[in-house]
Amino acid sequence: MTTASLTQANRQPPRRRWHIPERTQSFLLLLPSILALIIFVYVFISFTFWVSLSNWRTLKIDLSLREPLFATYGELFGMVRWQADLRNTFVFTVFFIAFALTLGLTLAILLDRHLRGNHIFRNIFLFPYALSFVVTGVAWRWIFNPETGFNIFFEMLGINALLQQMGMAPLKPGWITDPNVVLQVNQLLAYAWPPALGWQVKWGIPMAMIPIAIAATWQLSGFVMALYVGGMATISDEVREAARIDGATEFQVYQKVIIPMLRPVTISVVVILLHVSLKIFDLVYTMSGVGPGFATDVPSIFVFEMMFKATRYNLGTAAAIVMLLLVALVIVPYLASSLRQED
Amino acid sequence: MVSKRLLFVFSAILVLAMALAGCAATPAAAPTGGEAAPATEGEAAAGGGQLEVFSWWTSGGEAAALQALFDAYAAQYPDVEIVNATVAGGGGSAARGVLQTRLAGGDVPDTWQVHPGFELIGQYVDPGYVASVTDLYESEGWNDVVPEALRNMMTQDGEIYQVTVGVHRGNGFWYNKKLLDANGVTVGDTMTADEFIAIADQLKAAGVTPLCVGDNGIWATAQLFENTLLGTIGPEAYLGLWDGSVSFDDPGVKQAMETYGKMLDYQNEDHSALSWDQAIKKLMEGGCAFSSMGDWAYGEFVNAQQKDMEDFGWVSHPGTAGSFMIVADGFPIGNGSKNPENARNWLKVLGSKEAQEAFNPLKGSICARTDCDRAKFGMYHNWSMDSFANDALVPSVVHGSAAPADFQQALNDAVTSFVVDRNVDAFAAALVAGAQMSGFGQ
Repeated sequence: MTTASLTQANRQPPRRRWHIPERTQSFLLLLPSILALIIFVYVFISFTFWVSLSNWRTLKIDLSLREPLFATYGELFGMVRWQADLRNTFVFTVFFIAFALTLGLTLAILLDRHLRGNHIFRNIFLFPYALSFVVTGVAWRWIFNPETGFNIFFEMLGINALLQQMGMAPLKPGWITDPNVVLQVNQLLAYAWPPALGWQVKWGIPMAMIPIAIAATWQLSGFVMALYVGGMATISDEVREAARIDGATEFQVYQKVIIPMLRPVTISVVVILLHVSLKIFDLVYTMSGVGPGFATDVPSIFVFEMMFKATRYNLGTAAAIVMLLLVALVIVPYLASSLRQED
Repeated sequence: MVSKRLLFVFSAILVLAMALAGCAATPAAAPTGGEAAPATEGEAAAGGGQLEVFSWWTSGGEAAALQALFDAYAAQYPDVEIVNATVAGGGGSAARGVLQTRLAGGDVPDTWQVHPGFELIGQYVDPGYVASVTDLYESEGWNDVVPEALRNMMTQDGEIYQVTVGVHRGNGFWYNKKLLDANGVTVGDTMTADEFIAIADQLKAAGVTPLCVGDNGIWATAQLFENTLLGTIGPEAYLGLWDGSVSFDDPGVKQAMETYGKMLDYQNEDHSALSWDQAIKKLMEGGCAFSSMGDWAYGEFVNAQQKDMEDFGWVSHPGTAGSFMIVADGFPIGNGSKNPENARNWLKVLGSKEAQEAFNPLKGSICARTDCDRAKFGMYHNWSMDSFANDALVPSVVHGSAAPADFQQALNDAVTSFVVDRNVDAFAAALVAGAQMSGFGQ
């Protein structure tokens, strides 16, 4: 029955009552997802932006505009906490990307050497990426707790006893509880712009942010490694052979040939890591929370607390919009350049 | 072969799951149909139907106490099905987000857990999410047994909106008695800030950490400040902060900030890595001598088999003797909820002496009414009941009663900065700005 109808259909092409050009067809096919995208992404972003300009600051919804316009943004950037958040995001991003790139590339090069059992190691290194950030956060919270974690090793290995014999203070870093901000540049900034001296926020490197960058590196360096391994697989052995024949040492092969050829991979990796670090929430929230003196607070925690604890909807959405702009600063040039390449 | 059999098993499971989903969906979908709806309404009128209770009481003692309330309700209204809508998360941090979303979306629970004061009035009464229960207070005679100061915290324009089921005392100062005995320190019935600092110096010289704080979720140190503020300026000026008659840059407030800063000099080094209960544990293990905490800490001592006034002791937070920092829990009636009659009955049960006597020993709090049977409570709670009956009752900011949520956040943020930079002027300025932005007391 079915075969019969099929053969019939094959013999007699269906009459075309109306013809839809291919362009229209693809447009119609895409229409549902375009509509969904417009409503659930762009309309909601616009609504978020409207809320950030509004007077909505209690549970009671109030969408009237706040006078003067953008007053909430002024309030936001005047807040000590938000200034600290921007500082922390910047510091975290720099450390995290530097660590993850270096470690990921090193691991990829080691695996590239075809050592024995490199398949096993590849999986081992990639495994942390499969974990949830929450799990990583809780585990590293114990590791960097000054009473229970790393510091016990300093005792066990006798480092502290040695230091004590030499008349020095025992090594007992506060890790995630360390409120210090090192390499402060407030004084320097004050030369250029005197009011900077009065700022309550210390611009520098919050020490507590470094353990967090380490934990994030632990989780994502395997992912970076995997991307690099993939990139290296596309580089043919002939290229390496050619370099070696030209007299390059193994180090030079990587330095002058492989790594420059991996540039597109590096750019993708940096963009992916950047948006992870700008939006990071779960890892920091479970590992140290706001931290001592906002040492580990990040914009996403700020948004969460302002929205759901303080019910300051306008302030929370304003912070969310600023976060969106920060991510857009990273993503848009990347998308633009990759689109240009495709054309 | 094997893969074919596997495929069969999978498809069988899939079909079964779809069938189950179909069955489950039918009764849920029924009430939306025109025919089924009147039937449920008829049931509610006859005393049946459902009662949805929304709370964040999920941990051991809390869940048991909530169950005691359910039991008391079920004994009187056996036909009503109780829906226990709890959302886990300390202090309701997760639950509040869910509740806010539901209220904003018009899906109002029948009743939910609420703190009296600004949290009730500002968040739920002003937007019209709850209904008045003034008539219940009259018909049940609660006006005679619930202290006026507590009733005022639940009243807006002459109408009462909540029934409070249990009261915690927020200004407790707990100590490790054995540790103090070993260091030759005795604590009297009260303590002033100067007395504490003298004791702390003595302990510090002996190599003992004087004060434990667990401010991982910053509120514990904010509470330490709040208690110190009450102890420094006294209950009258403290109440004045919330009606605008006293400003946050008042010399008294700044003095309280200085004292608070001094107390922080005596705290444990790992304070920002600990939660409040870990800090209490540290105290029990002899890691420090004192900790300022509400009397939910009492439950931690009891669970660890510690004996009142033998292993541990308590006194009011330095300078706060004669005041009672109220941290209370209660329930309102949702405005426009599905089962208002059941919710009214629920509040009737909550206000009764029997239910409160069953609930509070499990929860570790005292009754919101002053006529509960004292024999049902231990030594500490009898002490707390005396304080509740005689002292000045004041609301807590940290627990949402004294000021709106945004000021609570502003206080937490200002304290977070102060713990590290100890800048009194910036602290006071942040609180003044927070109060102005929040718009209370003007």
